[in-house]
Amino acid sequence: MIYGLWGVITSALTLPAAVYLLFPPKVKKSTQWVDAADLAQIQPKAPEEVVFRKNRVDGWKVTSEKSTAWVVKLADSQAVAFSPQCTHLGCAYHWDESNKHFLCPCHTSTFDIDGKVLSGPAPRPLDRFQVRVEGTKLLIGDLQKPENV
Amino acid sequence: MSRKIIDWLEHRTGVETAIKSFLYEDIPASSGWHQVFGSIALFLFLTQAFTGIMLAFNYAPTPGEAYNSLKYIITEITGGRMIRGLHHWGASMIIVVVVLHMSQVFLYGAYKKPREATWMVGVVLLLLTLAYGLTGYLLPWDNRAYWGTVVATQIAASAPVMGPYLTRLLGGEGSIGVVTFARFYALHVLLLPPATTILIAIHVYLVRKHGVAPAVNDTAPKKRFFPEQVFKDTVATFVAFAILFTLAIAAKVPLERLADPTDTSYIPRPEWYFLFLFQTLKFFSGPLEVVGSIVLPTLAIMGLFAVPFIDRAALTRVRKRTVAIGVLAFAALGWGGLTAAAIATTPNTITVSVVDQEGPEGWQQLSAEELAGIGYYRKEDCASCHSPGNKLAADLASTTTKKTAAWMIAHFKQPQQNMPGTSMPSIQLSTPQMNALAAFLLKWNPKNARELEAAPAVAVEGAMVYQGQKCGICHQVNGVGQKMGPSLNGVASRRSREWIEEHFRDPQKMSPGSPMPPYKFSSRDMDRIVSYLLALPI
Repeated sequence: MIYGLWGVITSALTLPAAVYLLFPPKVKKSTQWVDAADLAQIQPKAPEEVVFRKNRVDGWKVTSEKSTAWVVKLADSQAVAFSPQCTHLGCAYHWDESNKHFLCPCHTSTFDIDGKVLSGPAPRPLDRFQVRVEGTKLLIGDLQKPENV
Repeated sequence: MSRKIIDWLEHRTGVETAIKSFLYEDIPASSGWHQVFGSIALFLFLTQAFTGIMLAFNYAPTPGEAYNSLKYIITEITGGRMIRGLHHWGASMIIVVVVLHMSQVFLYGAYKKPREATWMVGVVLLLLTLAYGLTGYLLPWDNRAYWGTVVATQIAASAPVMGPYLTRLLGGEGSIGVVTFARFYALHVLLLPPATTILIAIHVYLVRKHGVAPAVNDTAPKKRFFPEQVFKDTVATFVAFAILFTLAIAAKVPLERLADPTDTSYIPRPEWYFLFLFQTLKFFSGPLEVVGSIVLPTLAIMGLFAVPFIDRAALTRVRKRTVAIGVLAFAALGWGGLTAAAIATTPNTITVSVVDQEGPEGWQQLSAEELAGIGYYRKEDCASCHSPGNKLAADLASTTTKKTAAWMIAHFKQPQQNMPGTSMPSIQLSTPQMNALAAFLLKWNPKNARELEAAPAVAVEGAMVYQGQKCGICHQVNGVGQKMGPSLNGVASRRSREWIEEHFRDPQKMSPGSPMPPYKFSSRDMDRIVSYLLALPI
């Protein structure tokens, strides 16, 4: 009886605490679309780094922070936006115009214009943002989940 | 196998012997249900420590963040409301139990020789328990916390000789702010818990040293602490915990609006266990105030310490301890009467629902037009270029503008004309909207940049509706606007959300004779403008 009662008390305290610590917060999350670029200003098949601001939810704070993406225009109303970090260890890569590929300066991973790995230690293609085109406006949403991790 | 492990541990640490000597201690045959309160108090202290640590995992102890992080705990974290409920109600409960424990010891005369020191350590523990209540009260940083602490620090300041030093110690010089907050937090989580732990250890050691106090003429053979008394303690603790758990689930813990030092309409009240002191103060005014605030409480505390030295008569049966019964009854009646009087004289305030007010008060002091300007700034995403590190455009937040509103509006309309070669596009806003944006930019400077950036969207959008509907033609907000209608500052303390909504829909119904036309807002706009109005300071 003594042990039983203490068992009940302990579980009534530790279970809510475990839920409190381990469950994800109830965030009402909907994709946030940010107007990032005017596609009319971007040449097809010429990757361009665009800068935009996004709101980031961090616990009880929402911070507006600068973010960038590499945008490749495929057609008039079609484009992809790559996350600016190499999929190897997160370094910022850039477009190497002379060799026509993305080059990561850290461990020389290279990616083609579609984001596929050409060489180097990168484990998967470049991550992509969700994109939507309205007229000539390119809207960038959340980062897509990597497909083949 | 388990025996082997226990033997191994016992051999290395002696833990089994220690536990056995603790559990199999002899206690008087007269021990029983009346002696369970000490164990419950210890249990509640441990529960408070546990839930306090849990809260600290998600709580940011600064005035700028405390309120928002607590709101995050209770609204967004699964189980957060429950953990906060346990901590909040546990605080009240531990005071009830500690007082019951002391009352029992007092009634039974268990403080008598040689247990004087045990009693005195107990009195210090009572004071520490109250100190937790006092310091913890400020930590949610809502209006209730803020104004309650203003009163508490004022009382400390009125102490003769010590007043100014106490004020300085509590960081309350000038006004309650970051320093007081840090001191209260440090006391609450850094100083009080180890102090309590040490004193509980001394208290329990003394109880063990002198043994549990027996009843008069208790000559029956002694019994063991385990299992009989442990069972009683466990059942009592379980009942107390069940009550606490039910309160944490069923009773709502108040979290009022963000602390607002400009809210002069707020009627501060201390937590229920301090109400009697609060009421006592009312009997003394002017130079005598110090009698109620300092002298009487100090005398009461000294009296408590002195109890074992005043009552030195031989122990008699509880029923024959008429003086003790009388004193306790008098104290209970006095406490109850004063508390009831304090509750009865508390005016009914209009219950203000928790407003979604997430920023410091900086943005609340803007005019509606300036606040709406923040909305247009966000809508046009000006910050995407005008931000730190962007070489193409000036970082507007880090400099105080030297441009005039007329220059800005010309710049919004035709950026190329003012700044040939700029890549800024012309802004597609109406003239009043551009005026609002310029008004906001004129107000924006490095000092208030962060505060204004934190203006909650609902209030900003509410201000946009306000400005769009030209409410300022008749009403004033923060001194800006016409005076045909009433000023809207502090409307939250006069009207409820429902009243304001109904007033928008049908002004004649709510204020007969009002020249205000009815407004048919979408439910979203209604929510925005009413939230904005409710957030206006007094």
